[in-house]
Amino acid sequence: MQMEGTLWPPKKRHPEPSQNRGRTGIAFPCYLLLIYSFNFTRADFTEEKSDSPGAVQSSHMSSGHPASFQGPQPLPLTQHQMALPPGPQIPPPPSNFSGLCAQSSLPSMARQDGIPGSGLPNPNLQQLPGQTTGPGCHPQQVNYGPQMAGSQLSYPGAFPGGPAQLSGPPQKKLDPDSIPSPIQVIENDKASRGGQIYATNTRGQVPPLVTTDCLIQDQGHASPRYIRCTTYCFPSSSDMAKQARIPLAAVIQPFAIVPQNECGIIFRVDPYETPLYVVNHGETGPIRCNRCKAYMCPFMQFIEGGRRYQCGFCNCINEVPPFFFQHLDHIGRRVDHYERPELSLGSYEYVATLDYCRDNKPPNPPAYIFMIDVSYRNIHSGLVKLICNELKTLLDKLPREEQEESSAVRVGFVTYNKVLHFFNVKSNLAQPQMMVVSDVGEVFVPLLDGFLVNFQESRSVVNNLLDQIPEMFADTNESETIFAPVIQAGMEALKAAECAGKLFIFHSSLPTAEAPGKLRNRDDKKLLNTDKEKTLFQPQVNTYESLARDCVANACCVNLFLFPNQYVDVASVGLVTMYTGGTLYKYNNFQPSSDSPQFLTDLRRDIEKKTGFDAIMRVRTSTGFRATDFFGAIYMNNTTDVEMAAVDCDKAVTVEFKHDDKLNEDSGALIQCAVLYTSVSGQRRLRIHNIGLNCSTQLADVYKTCETDALINFFAKSAFKAILSQPLKAVREILVSQTAHMLACYRKNCASPSAVSQLILPDAMKVLPVYMNCLLKSCVLTGRPEIPTDERAYHRQLVMSMGVADTQLFFYPQLLPIHNLDLKSDAVPAAVRCSEERLSEGGAFILANGLSMFLWLGVSTPPELIQGLFNVPSFAHISTEATLLPDLTNPYSKKIKSIMEHIQNQKPYTMKLMIVKQREQPEMLFRQFLVEDKSIHGGASYVDFLCCVHREICQLLN
Amino acid sequence: MATYLEFIQQNEERDGVRFSWNVWPCSRLEAARMVVPLGCLLTPLRERPDLPPAHQVDYRAKLWACNFCFQRNQFPPAYAGISEVNQPAELMPQFSTIEYIVQRGPQTPLIFLYVVDTCLDEEDLQALKESLQMSLSLLPVDALVGLITFGRMVQVHELSCEGISKSYVFRGTKDLTAKQIQDMLGLSRPAVPIQQGRPLQAPEQPVISSRFLQPVHKIDMNLTDLLGELQRDPWPVTQGKRPLRSTGVALSIAVGLLEGTFPNTGARIMLFTGGPPTQGPGMVVGDELKTPIRSWHDIEKDNARFMKKATKHYETLANRTAANGHCIDIYACALDQTGLLEMKCCANLTGGQMVMGDSFNTSLFKQTFQRVFNKGLSGEFRMAFGANLEVKTSRELKIAGAIGPCVSLNVKGPCVSENELGIGGTSQWKICGLDPSTTLAIYFEVVNQHNAPIPQGGRGAAQFVTQYQHSSTQKRIRVTTIARNWADAQSQLQHIEAAFDQEAAAVLMARLGVFRAESEEGPDVLRWLDRQLIRLCQKFGQYNKDDPNSFRLSESFSLYPQFMFHLRRSPFLQVFNNSPDESSYYRHHFVRQDLTQSLIMIQPILYAYSFHGPPEPVLLDSSSILPDRILLMDTFFQIVIYLGETIAQWQKAGYQDMPEYENFKHLLQAPLDDAQEILQTRFPMPRYVHTEHGGSQARFLLSKVNPSQTHNNLYAWGQESGAPILTDDVSLQVFMDHLKKLAVSSAA
Repeated sequence: MQMEGTLWPPKKRHPEPSQNRGRTGIAFPCYLLLIYSFNFTRADFTEEKSDSPGAVQSSHMSSGHPASFQGPQPLPLTQHQMALPPGPQIPPPPSNFSGLCAQSSLPSMARQDGIPGSGLPNPNLQQLPGQTTGPGCHPQQVNYGPQMAGSQLSYPGAFPGGPAQLSGPPQKKLDPDSIPSPIQVIENDKASRGGQIYATNTRGQVPPLVTTDCLIQDQGHASPRYIRCTTYCFPSSSDMAKQARIPLAAVIQPFAIVPQNECGIIFRVDPYETPLYVVNHGETGPIRCNRCKAYMCPFMQFIEGGRRYQCGFCNCINEVPPFFFQHLDHIGRRVDHYERPELSLGSYEYVATLDYCRDNKPPNPPAYIFMIDVSYRNIHSGLVKLICNELKTLLDKLPREEQEESSAVRVGFVTYNKVLHFFNVKSNLAQPQMMVVSDVGEVFVPLLDGFLVNFQESRSVVNNLLDQIPEMFADTNESETIFAPVIQAGMEALKAAECAGKLFIFHSSLPTAEAPGKLRNRDDKKLLNTDKEKTLFQPQVNTYESLARDCVANACCVNLFLFPNQYVDVASVGLVTMYTGGTLYKYNNFQPSSDSPQFLTDLRRDIEKKTGFDAIMRVRTSTGFRATDFFGAIYMNNTTDVEMAAVDCDKAVTVEFKHDDKLNEDSGALIQCAVLYTSVSGQRRLRIHNIGLNCSTQLADVYKTCETDALINFFAKSAFKAILSQPLKAVREILVSQTAHMLACYRKNCASPSAVSQLILPDAMKVLPVYMNCLLKSCVLTGRPEIPTDERAYHRQLVMSMGVADTQLFFYPQLLPIHNLDLKSDAVPAAVRCSEERLSEGGAFILANGLSMFLWLGVSTPPELIQGLFNVPSFAHISTEATLLPDLTNPYSKKIKSIMEHIQNQKPYTMKLMIVKQREQPEMLFRQFLVEDKSIHGGASYVDFLCCVHREICQLLN
Repeated sequence: MATYLEFIQQNEERDGVRFSWNVWPCSRLEAARMVVPLGCLLTPLRERPDLPPAHQVDYRAKLWACNFCFQRNQFPPAYAGISEVNQPAELMPQFSTIEYIVQRGPQTPLIFLYVVDTCLDEEDLQALKESLQMSLSLLPVDALVGLITFGRMVQVHELSCEGISKSYVFRGTKDLTAKQIQDMLGLSRPAVPIQQGRPLQAPEQPVISSRFLQPVHKIDMNLTDLLGELQRDPWPVTQGKRPLRSTGVALSIAVGLLEGTFPNTGARIMLFTGGPPTQGPGMVVGDELKTPIRSWHDIEKDNARFMKKATKHYETLANRTAANGHCIDIYACALDQTGLLEMKCCANLTGGQMVMGDSFNTSLFKQTFQRVFNKGLSGEFRMAFGANLEVKTSRELKIAGAIGPCVSLNVKGPCVSENELGIGGTSQWKICGLDPSTTLAIYFEVVNQHNAPIPQGGRGAAQFVTQYQHSSTQKRIRVTTIARNWADAQSQLQHIEAAFDQEAAAVLMARLGVFRAESEEGPDVLRWLDRQLIRLCQKFGQYNKDDPNSFRLSESFSLYPQFMFHLRRSPFLQVFNNSPDESSYYRHHFVRQDLTQSLIMIQPILYAYSFHGPPEPVLLDSSSILPDRILLMDTFFQIVIYLGETIAQWQKAGYQDMPEYENFKHLLQAPLDDAQEILQTRFPMPRYVHTEHGGSQARFLLSKVNPSQTHNNLYAWGQESGAPILTDDVSLQVFMDHLKKLAVSSAA
């Protein structure tokens, strides 16, 4: 099923490499020369590549037009090349290791600092000799110069010495500065496009990177905040697509937050977040193409003086409804073009008519149900009290429509252990009433009236309840819990109330009580790296899948807050969350004293989150291609309708496209994503996002407009989906082989001829190898016994619904030096590459990946910084227990806190701050995030992986 | 000794026993020829501390021989000092009934579990809530009380918690086993491994159950508030639908709750329902209003979809309840039927009450319910629990069965007959709930063979041993022993005849008829009754063959045919014009009331008030309906005051308000006072009907009186008196004529 994607057909795997690599034991007799970053193109390219930060040019953006393709040009001076020197080999990896291509006989390559290309006469053709020696030796020697022997590549990370090696003296390796730097790419894009206005007026233009802040103006195509594509120019034929093997996909985040003052070209400037324009055609409802049912959008071509229009998607000619008629101007555009969002904007909303509602009835406003596990542990840890106290203030912040004064969202409360307790909090009651449902085998809702209430009206009863809940169960000794019946109960409650809604479940243990969905501890490390490993990611019992189906059918979104002390089987309990567009939060070994800020911020944010309920998404495309596969926190009953019980601003759906036919270069590839949903006030709406892509018969055009961040998002999601059905090893191999294929295809078809030993990377994919390596190293794809299964399942689930910005940060964390800050400037310091080399004893760094945040302190961190941050005199006095920096008024503290705030800003998960001192035990954890280095779990270093990919490419080219 | 009548009366007062025959035919064959079976109506809990006289005592040996098995027994040590002059009460002949108080076993307080329907309209619910709140003050202070409410769901309210009120909720559509219910209510304790040498104790049992059953004095405030806050079932009921009412599950949970917590202690489950069960096990009718609830017509046509299943559900529950020694009361107040037909066994098998009314907001319900908690003369509640009635007979007699609010305990023995009459095959029955008027019909069989007659002067004896839990929670044993003379039916038929108790016989036969009517077709039962009557008349009538006019019955049989006539017309055997629920209700009361009440039910009493003389009982006949009379009819279920035509006109003219017609005012008042007296004492409180000539409610009277004048024979009887009844029913006269004809017929 999911194997049908471009990525995964096993037949496409390349059998030869492993054979070659495997047994021969023979080193590559060639010199490896790595060259990246080529460019096609135009004179200005040189300037772009001049690497001078000031040279801000965005001209290469326009190079997407086929006509402008001029073929590869000699690289400018700044291009980097690397020689992989010969060197002794590291010993064979541990025999139990079964990485992607880690045959034990595989010789490894010595690392060596690469050579900056600047000194070389012809950088992109520079060849360096490489040589291998027999296995068993550590790299001992570094040779500089053009003639260097390169040892054979060992991928991934077959490091011999274990963790100790990491803290030892750094190994000699290729100069990391000489290989493509994600930081460089990010900074370059920031420099060239940051802070500017990006107008979406051109089809197929490549937007700035997700890491670049700029102002986006909707001029007919959806903002990249809503849709990002893996490539902005589709190959015109499926043969071409097969050849390139570049996934054609769009990452759609339909409810992405659009910052204030970023609005379309027309009319309104809102002070805060910018809502989309809402089109209301009254009872007629949205105007749609008769044949393909696409919604009126800028891609519709008005003809015959405006009486008809041709659908851009299916080319059907439709009558313009009389009320919608308007004359055309001299260029054939409707006179009211700029007055109608649906004619001039990429994104807008329609008010839906009753035809779009369940049972043709207007929907009720959604409801939030809070379901608290009151078993012994949660009571004992104080969690229940914490939640109850917080809810008292939080309930005032329920989401509401901008123009409304109070929230229409109703709330309900359930507590549970082995049985369920519902609460009647009707406003006219003096005391809340508790109703126990102990028939957990067949859960039902014991009350209708009084369960879901308006908080404003029932405030005193609700507060009374929240005060009493912790006391009520204070002397409980019930330690068993149920889980599936809890979701069932919430779902039934929403069903009975005929509304959509979210469940907020606060759960802490493996549900072992006798009830549907009962789970046992099945975490079995023996399964790792076997064909059965996939079962660990699958739900243990079928209950959860059918429950998920019911939840989606009843528009019940499940948000799960987990507080596990041990295995809770995230793969099972998180399944419903995953399918219903909910969010999973996990707080291991939750301690209220240190972890409550993180949890409470998450909770607060989740409750306030902008959400669409009871959503169905449909992606329509112009003729010649269609959406074939969907990845995300979604549920699909058929092949086209993406169902989401709820979709919030952080959820992204990655859609893969396939060719049906040849694409027309003139008409391009058009995509319309329509999301039918119920707003927070209970209004049924349609949110439309349109985007147009180019098509080309030239592969180079395709490569030129690729977006690596989106690619990685796609690869991550498709790989994480694939592990449910394929062995990890196969998945990893496919990832590597596809990377190699894409690059090899480029090499073959787009690059100017060069020696086979050269590694040539398209400019837009410069950082694909490093990101791909990060993906391969992610704990989900690494079966190591020391990584808890729950953690892997958790990460897998999170990534499945992430948008491009989130995956970018997640796979390549941000590492910010904070020891040499300019305290006067507001700017966030430039990030450095995630490698140990970038750390220094005298420095302090913040590392963040969207889930965790570390403050790493070198042993010789300046005392004034320590004083400023911690208010303690010296390094030794710093306590690593704290999860927050103390509130101090000095400039250091303020600045660093503001940086942290900036990092945290708009991220879906609150990052818990961990303070890590150099050379102390917790540093191990921190080091896992230095993704360019070898990981302690066996992931390859960036350099090693690059070599591996290069070798694969070479084999493909041969 | 004076007349048999006095003897009978004396016996009844002393022992609560009335036999159909007070001199017993001495052989099986003769007994069979008597037509009316040898049987008695036993009211076990008549209040008199007497003792049995039937033991032969050897004072010297300090031994006594049992009259039933001839075993010689030692007196217990407490009786060591007895002699001929110092007899214990048991041995005095006038103490044929005696009550022992047993001081053993833990005394558990009485339990009252209210099971309350919330699918009522606001007014009804309010009234019911008030009645329930009021009842808290009437309960014994240490009684345990519990509350279950139901509608679409069933809620078991926890009464012990402070602060938030807490209830356990059950789906109304799912039948649960007792074990499941107890698990879900958290009543089942984890299995404790049985430790050797240590007796199993269950000290915490009351603690656990006390979550749902609490002493009244502890939680009456709480419960009053809880009842006060009780809301109507909140689930919306759409147009054209009945509310979803989970009576079946509610009862099941109530039964399961008590079963798990207080088996074999006195407990009442009091069900208050305002409509038929519409979902789940025990549903009687669907929730579509367009399909009406089953009628007799549907039942005859086998069109009552849910009846069998529902009946089975309630029967299972009733049997379980009975096994636990608890009883179920049903208070059904609704204008339409509420499913009493299906639920009747709950009350019938457990000795519970059944009350049917139009609304909870009527004095009928309110006062009836209040009367449940009335105290007797001795200041004790007039209710007893968990009774075990054992009947012992002397050798010539066997027990054929019993009819009443009881279940068989299936105790076989030598004194148990093979032929069953009523609930037979046992010598012991369980009566889970009883009050001083609860009366069982017990049928015997004479087993003595014709050729082995009983010696002259020998007596047959029967002993009734009723062990029960008194309302004071004491265990008590009441023993009634009776003995009657044997007589040879051939030589001493006149003795037997004279000792015939026709009232008791009518009721005993009627109970048999009603018992049959539960399982047989109505006409079959009537035919059976008729045949019995004809045979009795043939046996005891004096007549010349084939000469109806010569037919005479002796005084002791004279009223019997008339009772049968009215019985045939009674709602106990006739279902015409009654709903199945009403029939069930009437029959329920008929098989548990004492003789006097039963006779009223068979043949209502009619009093006449007029200026012609003091109030007098008059014939239950249409000829008694005269214009210048006020009639007061008591049918047990109804009290009807009927103003004759002239009286009604006088009243309209307002004569009663004129000082000079004060006597008229008194005349109007007299039946009211008498009615009030009946209303005050009767349980359940009768429907009170005040009507007049031509009033629509006059039908209550007109349907009961013997239609001696109908539109068919009106002119033949002359104009001057009575009121014609528009009916095709035969009158008593016609009935008697036929009876005579058949009795004297040589063909029969």
